[in-house]
Amino acid sequence: MPGSANQDRQASDLREVATRDPVGVLGTNPGDVIAGTLVPSIEQGIAPLTALGGSAPVAFDLSGAASRQMSERIVGAVLWTCGALSLLTTVGIIAVLIQQALVFFAHVPVADFLFGTTWTALFKTPRYGVLPLVSGTLMVTVIAMSVAIPLGLMSAIYLSEYAPLRVRDILKPSLELLAGIPTIVYGFFAVTFIRPDVLKPIFPGIGPFSALAAGIAVGIMTTPLVASLSEDAMRAVPRSLREGGYALGATKLEVSWQVVVPAALSGIIASFILAMSRAIGETMIVALAAGSKPQLTANPLEPMQTMTGFIVQAFSGDVVVGTPPYLSLFAVGLLLFVMTLTLNLISHRVVAKFREVYE
Amino acid sequence: MSSQTTFRSRAMATSPIEQPSNLTRRKARASLVQWLLFVVTALAIVILAALLWDISASGARWLSLDLLTNTSSRKPENAGLRPALLGTLWVIGLTALFAFPVGVGAAVYLEEYAPNNRWTRLLKTNISNLAGIPSIVYGLLGLGVFVSLFALGRTVISGALTMALLILPVIIIASQEAIRAVPPSLRQAAFALGATRWQVARDHVIPAAMPGILTGIILSISRAMGETAPLLVVGAAAYVTFNPTGLTSKYTVLPMQIYEWARRPQQDFQDLAAAAIIVLLLLLLMLNATAIYLRQRFARNVKW
Repeated sequence: MPGSANQDRQASDLREVATRDPVGVLGTNPGDVIAGTLVPSIEQGIAPLTALGGSAPVAFDLSGAASRQMSERIVGAVLWTCGALSLLTTVGIIAVLIQQALVFFAHVPVADFLFGTTWTALFKTPRYGVLPLVSGTLMVTVIAMSVAIPLGLMSAIYLSEYAPLRVRDILKPSLELLAGIPTIVYGFFAVTFIRPDVLKPIFPGIGPFSALAAGIAVGIMTTPLVASLSEDAMRAVPRSLREGGYALGATKLEVSWQVVVPAALSGIIASFILAMSRAIGETMIVALAAGSKPQLTANPLEPMQTMTGFIVQAFSGDVVVGTPPYLSLFAVGLLLFVMTLTLNLISHRVVAKFREVYE
Repeated sequence: MSSQTTFRSRAMATSPIEQPSNLTRRKARASLVQWLLFVVTALAIVILAALLWDISASGARWLSLDLLTNTSSRKPENAGLRPALLGTLWVIGLTALFAFPVGVGAAVYLEEYAPNNRWTRLLKTNISNLAGIPSIVYGLLGLGVFVSLFALGRTVISGALTMALLILPVIIIASQEAIRAVPPSLRQAAFALGATRWQVARDHVIPAAMPGILTGIILSISRAMGETAPLLVVGAAAYVTFNPTGLTSKYTVLPMQIYEWARRPQQDFQDLAAAAIIVLLLLLLMLNATAIYLRQRFARNVKW
């Protein structure tokens, strides 16, 4: 079948060329029609020339060339705009966040915001010390990473080095399914399953909201990310390296752990950093499961509020546009943006700088 | 590479000739770890099963036609998802409408047009960074630009525009990969016949890359369908008892409704949230099945 489909395509291409070229009728080609409507003057200027040629076949008819050039340029410009729009998004994000945050910092000094230890933005007497939110975010992130890094890395090693094809065909899609589940569903899962059915028997003192339940759910959510990126990195390690290990008498474990993992380390580290950035920005899980009490504590069984959690809480109630609590959202958003962007840039740098290049 | 040197020295120290007993221990450890790795990886299935069991255990009871046709209500037995379903349809439909042409256009530009210069590298770095920005930050962008600056208010259109920006980088990256997979010979043949760059892209590259592009788009749409945070920020309303009527209508979406129900203390609303999650997951399943179907269908038509 592929052969005949290919021939059909070629044949139709040839037909198209045949109908277009000899007579040079403007408009056989849709592109020319568009160009023709856009630049009628060129078309009118050239049309008599083709008429002069009559029905005599002309091998290279350039009548459409000018208009085609023009339409090329227009299409090119449109496509360029599409690409530039993505840059505009970044500019927009930075502009909005900085502009609103600057208004906020006119009310609250930057130092008070960054180093204050009380966050009561939605209270009658608001205090804007962001550290409790940051520590809540870090607590959830650390718990999430201590779930996602071992689970993700071990899954990646198994899928890349060990799994027989049939097992892989079952395990890989289930990891992908986990990756496709909306975060709000994980939040619900944390509240209705992880806390009462998993954590409560182990820690009887755990309250309805805790950083631990939220962190575990975030960890489960980011595990597929770590697994798939690390697996990609390990699969890119050339076979010859493994064979060298086996030739020296190493077991499969030794080859996996002492040859493949070090060789793929840049990609693996990058996957950890990306997962961390994802965990910091995760919103709906912490909004449902971590609670809404910003506090500086090292006890993961306590309720905490993350930066994203605060933004959700503020919008779930009524914040009046332009008031300091409203503006503080953008300051928190800016901090969140800077943290995740830094991590993303570091992960790109890690891949670019420490990648082992083979062959 | 340092890892290789450590490996070599260990391999020499544990040479089977000097210490024959070592090998059995190493082999035992290797097979033990193999089992451990398998168990950990299979945990994904266990978690998936626990999640589905948890949700269906509390939600199945509330699944009914009334759930799909009723509007939101203070009483759990009357509560339904109709405004949320229609809101999701409106917002996601418009999101796709905005994001599809721009995303594919940007991908075609980057792969077929862009010269390899500093500007192009900037665009590419920028797109991969955009993909890593938390979704709630896009919400703040939408709030600042669409809701306030363009004065679109808390409406369907500002929600859809925000979501379009959110999924744009994902669509661009997926489309770029699909376009890159089109063999260069196809382009060269078309160029040789005198086709212009746009003719090559429109008539050959894009059709050939279509299955990959469509898959990427549907996957990003399904991501958008499960997103709550940005829409919460740009003002999907919490309590909506009417259908969205147009671009400037107030609205809610499915995940927003789930969030609303899940955070109420009453058990009945918790269970309703589980039922709504089942509806959401079924919708996502349908979308993904469509993606697979389209990919296979298109893949049959385009061969080289």
